[in-house]
Amino acid sequence: MSRPEGTRSSRRSLQVKFVPDEDVLKHIADDAGTKVRKDKAQLSVSVKRFVKKLENISDNEAQEILEEKNYVAALGICAQDPVGNGSNISGGEVYSFQTPKRSSKMAELASELAQTPEQNVAPDHSKCPEKMAKTPQSSKMFLLMHVFSLLFQSKKKEFVSTTPYRLRKRLAAPDPYLESESEYSASCSEEEDEEDQKEVSTVLSGQKTPAKTKAASTPPPRNSLAKKIKEQKMGNLVEEYFEAHSSSKVLTSDRTLQKLRKRRLNQQTLHDLLKNTPLAYAEEIRDLNQQHESLFSKWMLQLHLGFNIVLYGLGSKRDLLEKFRTSLLQDSVHLVVNGYFPSITVRSILNSITEEVLDHIGTFRSPLDQLEFIIKRFKEDSSLELYVLIHNLDSQMLRGERSQQILAQLSSLPSIYLIASVDHINAPLMWDQAKLSLYNWLWYETTTFNPYVEETSYENSLLVQQSGSLALSSLMHVLHSLTLNARGIFRLLAQHQLEKKDNPSYPGLSFQDFYQQCREAFLVNSDLTLRAQLTEFRDHKLIRTKRGADGVEYLLIPVDDSTLTDFLEKEDEDV
Amino acid sequence: CEGIKNLMQKLMGQLMNCDIDVDSLEDEDYVPVSQNRIRCSMSSLISWYDSVTKKTDSETPSKKRNSSSRHWQSPPVVVIFKDMESFTTKVLQDFIVISSQHIHELPLVLVFGIATSPMIIHRLLPHSVSSLLCIELFQSLSCKEHLSTIIDKLLLTSRFPFKLGGKVLQVLINIFLYHDFSVQNFIKGFQLCIVEHFYSQPLSVLCCQPVDVKKRVYSLSHDQCENIRRLPSFRRYVEKQESEKQIELLTNDSFLKEETEKLLEDLHAYHENYVSILRCLHVFTSSLPKYPLGKQIRELHCACLENRVWETEDYESSLQLARMLNKTDLVTMLQQCVEILMSSSGKEFDKTVEKLKEFLTQFQNLEEASQERDVSVSSQKEVQKKTDLYHLQKTLLELKESRRSKKLTKFEMLRFEVVDYIDSLVRKYLVPADDRTLHEILYFNAATVLRGHLNAAPRTALHTALNNPHWYLKNQALKCDGGGISNKAPDICIVYKLHLECGRLINLVDWLEAFSTVVMAAEEPNADAASSDQVDDIIHARFIRAVSELELLGFIKPSKQKTDHVARLTWGGC
Repeated sequence: MSRPEGTRSSRRSLQVKFVPDEDVLKHIADDAGTKVRKDKAQLSVSVKRFVKKLENISDNEAQEILEEKNYVAALGICAQDPVGNGSNISGGEVYSFQTPKRSSKMAELASELAQTPEQNVAPDHSKCPEKMAKTPQSSKMFLLMHVFSLLFQSKKKEFVSTTPYRLRKRLAAPDPYLESESEYSASCSEEEDEEDQKEVSTVLSGQKTPAKTKAASTPPPRNSLAKKIKEQKMGNLVEEYFEAHSSSKVLTSDRTLQKLRKRRLNQQTLHDLLKNTPLAYAEEIRDLNQQHESLFSKWMLQLHLGFNIVLYGLGSKRDLLEKFRTSLLQDSVHLVVNGYFPSITVRSILNSITEEVLDHIGTFRSPLDQLEFIIKRFKEDSSLELYVLIHNLDSQMLRGERSQQILAQLSSLPSIYLIASVDHINAPLMWDQAKLSLYNWLWYETTTFNPYVEETSYENSLLVQQSGSLALSSLMHVLHSLTLNARGIFRLLAQHQLEKKDNPSYPGLSFQDFYQQCREAFLVNSDLTLRAQLTEFRDHKLIRTKRGADGVEYLLIPVDDSTLTDFLEKEDEDV
Repeated sequence: CEGIKNLMQKLMGQLMNCDIDVDSLEDEDYVPVSQNRIRCSMSSLISWYDSVTKKTDSETPSKKRNSSSRHWQSPPVVVIFKDMESFTTKVLQDFIVISSQHIHELPLVLVFGIATSPMIIHRLLPHSVSSLLCIELFQSLSCKEHLSTIIDKLLLTSRFPFKLGGKVLQVLINIFLYHDFSVQNFIKGFQLCIVEHFYSQPLSVLCCQPVDVKKRVYSLSHDQCENIRRLPSFRRYVEKQESEKQIELLTNDSFLKEETEKLLEDLHAYHENYVSILRCLHVFTSSLPKYPLGKQIRELHCACLENRVWETEDYESSLQLARMLNKTDLVTMLQQCVEILMSSSGKEFDKTVEKLKEFLTQFQNLEEASQERDVSVSSQKEVQKKTDLYHLQKTLLELKESRRSKKLTKFEMLRFEVVDYIDSLVRKYLVPADDRTLHEILYFNAATVLRGHLNAAPRTALHTALNNPHWYLKNQALKCDGGGISNKAPDICIVYKLHLECGRLINLVDWLEAFSTVVMAAEEPNADAASSDQVDDIIHARFIRAVSELELLGFIKPSKQKTDHVARLTWGGC
């Protein structure tokens, strides 16, 4: 709110420019006090007034939210048993409905966090990076965005019929100077959304349209109403949840990692980098683990008494279980299952039991038969004992109902001792009463704070680094083993797909068109050869075929565009 | 079972196999046929059935092995469907229809296990099918009754030296009532209590039958004696003793052993008395309106275990109510109490029983007396008949006066006496176990441990670890005041904290930026610009790790809605 008042004159020629992401970034990074960018300065006093009003609204809003929070907290407490121990926080805190989120909140928090340790930092450091992040707070743009997203989220009901876009269009018509701006409203950049909203706000404040009064005056009655119908609050919250999730509108910035001029890290470099960074609080973590290790003999006793043990808590429990194994299970038959391994199945677990523990050669028709066999063997021979250690019982592959059922039945055998770890927050949901009673769990909290090194190394959805590197290498690998013609065919398809990459509803290349093109390029001589080739592609999962509404077959390469581009580049190099 | 074929296969396999198991001893020539070779059909099942029944019929009935079914001409085959709801309806329908057609050759009895309500049969099966069944309903006892039996048999007896403390019992009952209604889980909890008690309490060696106490007490080592001295309840006991005895107790092992033995015997005796009196009190309180002390004896038990029951308001009010009981009720209650006390093994109850019996006879006498009084009252009324208004008013006033002044009827006096007596019994015998010396040996009281193992809250643990790492990692740098989190926290905590501020979708770039801001601030500010590139990479890597850890924990998942965005999976992201 520290804009110089001198910009008032520019109000008449109000215009909002498109601000590229970089500029915004730069603006945020700039020292707010010294430089004031022109395009920001054009926001006028009236806007400010409006903003203030909106702020009042948001205050109300915040209060309401606070009430909700209290209510939910109370609920959470009620749900808990009266016998609480110290380590438990009320459920309300864990599952509370957070206040509506603002897009800039993260940056704010970051700066807040960055500010906290400042006691020991000399004042001359105040110009270093941590100060930069503070600027968003003073940036009008972010403030506006704030208020608007607040308004937007909470007043959805009011805005359902008149979204800002339509509102803007309707209002824009009588205003000549706004006409020109509607041109870029089609693009869907997030920053522009903010601009749009700003626009609306200026228009609203300038013209005193009924819409403004509507927006400004609706909250108070709603607030008082909310107090009256507190009992229905829960229902409201549920509705709000679904409402919020039904709309596809999400306010986030549009920046992508590609714009960051930072090379993507692959698995190896990531691993190396992390290996070199010292682990924070190693001392404390070691203490923590030692505490858990003192429980080993107790676990052993309880396992033998027919309980099974499940470990939960933050941090990798792999090392802990490993230690348990090496210290206590050296001389006994045990089986370690790495649940996080992406291709683990129940069948492979059962196989290793039958083949390696029971020395049985032969196959089974179904896992159930196999299970029956195992149960029979274990019941016959009471001297058989087996410890099963499962890391990540809740992993993708094992969390299915059937696998859990089988594992539960296995664990209910008196001579099979199961000790497992779970990590997912919703892991307990995979067990129903029947399974729970089969498992006969004893829960142990083992928060280790160890990094999940092994567990996450298999997760190939890692968003950041490898995305595509694996796909690309496999693509290259497969293609290199094909004939020149086949590679040509694939190239053709890839090029076509890249040409159409801007079209989001691109269904793929139809078979007939493709055939035509291939013929023209002298790649195939008949319909059949192309089909045979495509079958081969499909077998290698290089392409996907889809049948359109008109029954035409469409061909698509299920790889993202950037990988495809990389691929074509590489291909060009090779040729 | 997915299909009818599968079901039939299973059925035949099980029937024939189990029959083979039974019969193979009786006749060796019965050839077990492999399951794969026979064509699974109803007819083969029938032929099998015929062969089996014929054989068994021809056998001498002296074999008692399967006698229960042999009494019938043709024993029915019982098929039990556990958990009917989980079967595919189609399969069930087909099976019922098919088997109904063969009912004459193959008497089948189907037993369905239903977890919900009997209505489910009609919902699962169409009328045409359900009409083929001759349904008879059997309802098993409700789980609460099972629980009561268990508590009755396990806890409210003096047979077992091991006892549950008040809080522990409360936890177990709460889990039962609020979470699962599972008796099995209750038993599991009880088992766990035993394990925990004997594992963690070094003095639990003394938790044995009273017969063995003496032997075990005398075999205690010096360390164990020290352990006894360290028990808080024992220390309280010592403090109450005279100084000479105190010294003796604290220094002389053999004296301590003697004393311990005595105390343990006391404790066991206390138990026997406790249970009997508890039952008596329950007789009284369970019939009071509104049940101020609970309907079930377990509630009463909990109340008594936790604190001095006579100091609670509920007890006060129930005594008030008891003072208003009518005579017949009171008499039956007293009789019940007498029965309970007679059957109990406690030696001290002779007097009590006598006293109660005395009350009973007094009531009897009262009855006769009151009959006489009734006569007199009616005669009085006759006299009053012929009075005028003035006199009537006067007599009424007089009557009122007299009623107010008249102390109490004999019955009322007696009732008061009875209630007071019961009260005195309660005060004497229902002392909470925590007040008894050496209760730690017999009582398991670590409710929090139990709760942690049975009714764990993994989400809460995660939440605490992420929000307040100081709870686990005792480092001063992590200490922070309410809600906030220091920027020196482990990476995952920072990333988690940042993600909480986001909506449904999170932009990875923003996230990374915010993360690096925090981390840079936490690091030494003298990091040179020269090495900033490398630092950047490290921060990047740390961020990646933290994010993928969050993904593993199920807080986020990759989203295709926008490039380089992840979706939040927890609530609050609206």
